[in-house]
Amino acid sequence: MTTLWVTIFAVALASATIKAAGPVLVGGRELPPRAVSVIALLAPALLAALVVTETFGEDQHLVLDERAVGVAVAAVALALRAPVLLAVALAAATTALVRAFV
Amino acid sequence: MPSGVNGTERGRQGADGGRYLDGGRAGFPFALATLVLGISFGVLARSLGWGTLAPIVFSVVAFSGSAQFAVASVLGSGGGAIPAFIAAVLLNARFGPMGVAVAPYLKGGPFRRALEGQAVVDASWALASRGGGRFDREFMIGATAPQGVAWIVGTAIGALGGDFIGDPERLGLDVIFPAFFLVLLAEELRGGRRAIAVALIAAALALVLVPFAPPGVPVIAACAAALLGLRRS
Repeated sequence: MTTLWVTIFAVALASATIKAAGPVLVGGRELPPRAVSVIALLAPALLAALVVTETFGEDQHLVLDERAVGVAVAAVALALRAPVLLAVALAAATTALVRAFV
Repeated sequence: MPSGVNGTERGRQGADGGRYLDGGRAGFPFALATLVLGISFGVLARSLGWGTLAPIVFSVVAFSGSAQFAVASVLGSGGGAIPAFIAAVLLNARFGPMGVAVAPYLKGGPFRRALEGQAVVDASWALASRGGGRFDREFMIGATAPQGVAWIVGTAIGALGGDFIGDPERLGLDVIFPAFFLVLLAEELRGGRRAIAVALIAAALALVLVPFAPPGVPVIAACAAALLGLRRS
């Protein structure tokens, strides 16, 4: 049980430190233009990585399972200009259905 | 490409309250997803014999889904505190560059900035991104607030009454986050060809690294794709 509590507080402290680092070190200074153009591309890079790792990643393996079907349905729904919540709901429902019946 | 950081973009006091609310509204669907994820975490922690207090305290002090799930999975498979800690830090390392990105838009002295930096979570950060590297501070904080509440309440529900809820995966709820991230990605890709190229490179990097690198590392390494921004457009 001690291991758990030590881990909990160590992780909390580390998370807070990581999140605080940029704001404290950079302060209110404006970043140089080249840094800004890198940062402008950080969002698509990070989001693309999160989408693929959360869709195809399972521990340290790549898998093609029901999640991929669900996310693909969301992608099609978005491409057809479906509302965001509908697209996400379709993704969850499709994944659940494929899990239940395939 | 859009222009760089512009001092006049920083909000004037009068309009700020409304932007917190707008952020809260934008964060609400994510809060629902976070609630579900929190419940799953509570259920998982309970199944590992953590009791009810530890998972709830964890969610209050750490407020970090990916890191907390990593800790649960490492400790749950018999790993020690140090590997659990390292896994959590690797997963949360992405908040480093994200914090640098929002830094110019936060307010106050170092302590307040450190505190405001805690509002950086994936969804809020992406929602508050205004293109060209600009961020909306009030919108981000507003979007994080309901997610924070949902994460803690969800954990409590899962840890206290998890048995009634069953397995969220059966309902397909584990695709909620990748689906939402896809929504945010689609917004970002309107930024032009360069954003699309970066997203493709990042996705490829992350996929290639998944089998070789510890969890969390593929996502951080994929951020390197943003260095394409160093090339002149």
